[in-house]
Amino acid sequence: MTDIIQESDESVQSALLASQAPQSPAEYLNAMWRRIRSGDIGTLPIVLGLVVIAIIFQTANQNFLTPRNLVNIVIQMAGIAVIAYGMVYVLLLGEIDLSAGYVSAVGGVSAAILLRDSLMNPSLAWIDWWNVIPIALLITTAIGFLHGFIITSFQLPSFIVTLAGLLAWNGVVLMIVGDGGTVNIQNPVVRNLASEVLPPIWSWIIIGLFIASYGVLDFMTANARRKAGLRAKPTPIMIGQLVIMAAIGAFVAYIFNINRALTSAAPPQQGMPVIAVIMLVMLMVLTFVAERTRFGRYVYAVGGNKEAARRAGIRVERIRVLVFMVSGLMAGMGGIILASRLKSVATDAGGGNLLLYVIAAAVIGGTSLFGGRGKVVSAVLGALVVASVENGMGLLNVSSGVKFVVTGLVLLAAVVIDALSRRGQQTGR
Amino acid sequence: MSATMNGKPLLETKGVSKSFGPVQALTKVDFDVYPGEVIALVGDNGAGKSTLIKGIAGIYGFDEGDVYFDGKKVSIHSPREAAALGIEVVYQDLALADNLDVVANMFLGREWTQGVPSTTGAQEATTGLRKYLRNLLPLTEIDMEKRAVRTLDELAVTTLRSVRLPVSSLSGGQRQSVAIAKAVLWNSKVVILDEPTAALGVAQTRQVLNLVRRLAEKNLGVVVISHNLHDIFKVADRITVLRLGHKVTTYIAKETTEQEVVHAITAGQLTRVPGMTQ
Ligand SMILES: Nc1ncnc2c1ncn2[C@@H]1O[C@H](COP(=O)(O)OP(=O)(O)OP(=O)(O)O)[C@@H](O)[C@H]1O
Ligand SMILES: [Mg+2]
Repeated sequence: MTDIIQESDESVQSALLASQAPQSPAEYLNAMWRRIRSGDIGTLPIVLGLVVIAIIFQTANQNFLTPRNLVNIVIQMAGIAVIAYGMVYVLLLGEIDLSAGYVSAVGGVSAAILLRDSLMNPSLAWIDWWNVIPIALLITTAIGFLHGFIITSFQLPSFIVTLAGLLAWNGVVLMIVGDGGTVNIQNPVVRNLASEVLPPIWSWIIIGLFIASYGVLDFMTANARRKAGLRAKPTPIMIGQLVIMAAIGAFVAYIFNINRALTSAAPPQQGMPVIAVIMLVMLMVLTFVAERTRFGRYVYAVGGNKEAARRAGIRVERIRVLVFMVSGLMAGMGGIILASRLKSVATDAGGGNLLLYVIAAAVIGGTSLFGGRGKVVSAVLGALVVASVENGMGLLNVSSGVKFVVTGLVLLAAVVIDALSRRGQQTGR
Repeated sequence: MSATMNGKPLLETKGVSKSFGPVQALTKVDFDVYPGEVIALVGDNGAGKSTLIKGIAGIYGFDEGDVYFDGKKVSIHSPREAAALGIEVVYQDLALADNLDVVANMFLGREWTQGVPSTTGAQEATTGLRKYLRNLLPLTEIDMEKRAVRTLDELAVTTLRSVRLPVSSLSGGQRQSVAIAKAVLWNSKVVILDEPTAALGVAQTRQVLNLVRRLAEKNLGVVVISHNLHDIFKVADRITVLRLGHKVTTYIAKETTEQEVVHAITAGQLTRVPGMTQ
């Protein structure tokens, strides 16, 4: 019954395909415009938002767009973006993970405590950065598993279970750190993770590789599709996109490589932060998983129509548990980055605005709260917005009251855009 | 139509029953499907039509009775097991994910990936650890798209503008066509359609009915549930009537009238013991 399909090399000839003759660039842009008008707005609002933010803060404070501050924003956004990668997966399912903030703190504090104890306790002397990081990630992934397991086996809303997690893991962090205490990180690798920069040449190499691999994949896909007789992205469009990406990439590399030391007497500070590389690599990995694998496809399917997924034979509960594990894993990674930024873990770790910033990042970036719609890259774009606003308001020395109000408004705007575009898509048949 | 009934039935239920708490949804129902025929399943709301096919499809088990496929007794515990036998169901409430495109929907749950030979048999060609690893291998989108296009083409579904549009942007008839093509893609032997023309306009209904006939011409056994007797008489070879969970009788379409069927659905032609026919 299971006969193997030998796809013949000759292209598919069909009436359906005949109506799919190659598109001219103009037709392609036209189709794109139709998609935008029907509510599939993608990353459009965010690019506009970033321009507005840049203009407002630069007018208010000349330091906002300096290379030094831009790199600060990148370092500020990294922890948020990495945790938000996991949140995107959870939101794609149509669920939410309110515990992500404190789970990240559990990751940070586990690493910090183990590293501290390894200095005092000879039996823990084997602990070093390269094994403590996997251990911390294992712990937070297990926490994600626990959440997913409880949600699926008792059929509870993720909202409630992870709300319980929010409280409980906050408590665990308090117990480990001790009242009002701080655990300092001595280990040089973990300590410098957030501040380490690569030699300037690497900015060009890494960003170049990133864009080149995107371009090569894009061209290869289009080629293979054309050979198979399927509609492909027009070459001029691909070249256009690549040129735009290369220009942005070159600009970013250039900014990274400007000396940002405050005085000319100080040793030069330049180059790409290591955590920016981590952020980029995780972006590629998680995007591949979401968009190019069965697992990712099932995440979208469960978020789009759980019943359809179940009838298609997808093990829905398993996918849900796995996604909460991804969320735990990414929270752990973000927690270590955040701990490294402060070079310590204190009792307030994982608290404050962190969770809201993470959810805001995912949603602002264009991932729907209603499930099934969104991309991993939205976490980066959203985190950039959130970190820019936070950073800009920091420069302006506004009170934390104002900060909260502004961040709340940005989140609200994102959710409203999401709801509107959703409505647009439904009526756009 | 006796010609189509030569040979063994592809699918047979014998005395199947199902209750939901106090509600007896099905009582000792016998039902059979032959290759190359369209058999209609009719009955009033709540007669048990959807319950019967959901039991066959492994959504839930029957309380009693047996199911035979190709003459062999089978027990189907999940949609995946039904699919592995070659039974595909197109549900009343369309089982499509709106946010995914046509190709993704047609291959949902059985996507082709690199490193594993592509098959249209429902059974996975992988076992053990590889089965799990396969969930992280790259999808072979181009092969899937070609195959989806070819299947749609064979069924003469020509109104689609693109197979890469999300299903949410399609018309009701197009969605139904995609759901049916999805069922056909997998070398299925029995295709069950629950109200395939409900909520469709005249032209789209005709389009779907033609599609249903083409499935039978490909020697599949086709089960159609519908409230529209007019449609049924256009496509069906045989008509099985359910009432209040009992099977009333099975008619040969050519040898009966709409009136007689209506009578069987509504009033009491229930002169025989329920479940015993002919
Ligand atoms: N999951 C369920 N739980 C409880 N009762 C159910 C369930 N599914 C069906 N029933 C009951 O079983 C009976 C048969 O329902 P079924 O859906 O099979 O009818 P149907 O013939 O498909 O009707 P329709 O034409 O309205 O689709 C009805 O009384 C219904 O209320
Ligand atoms: Mg029904």
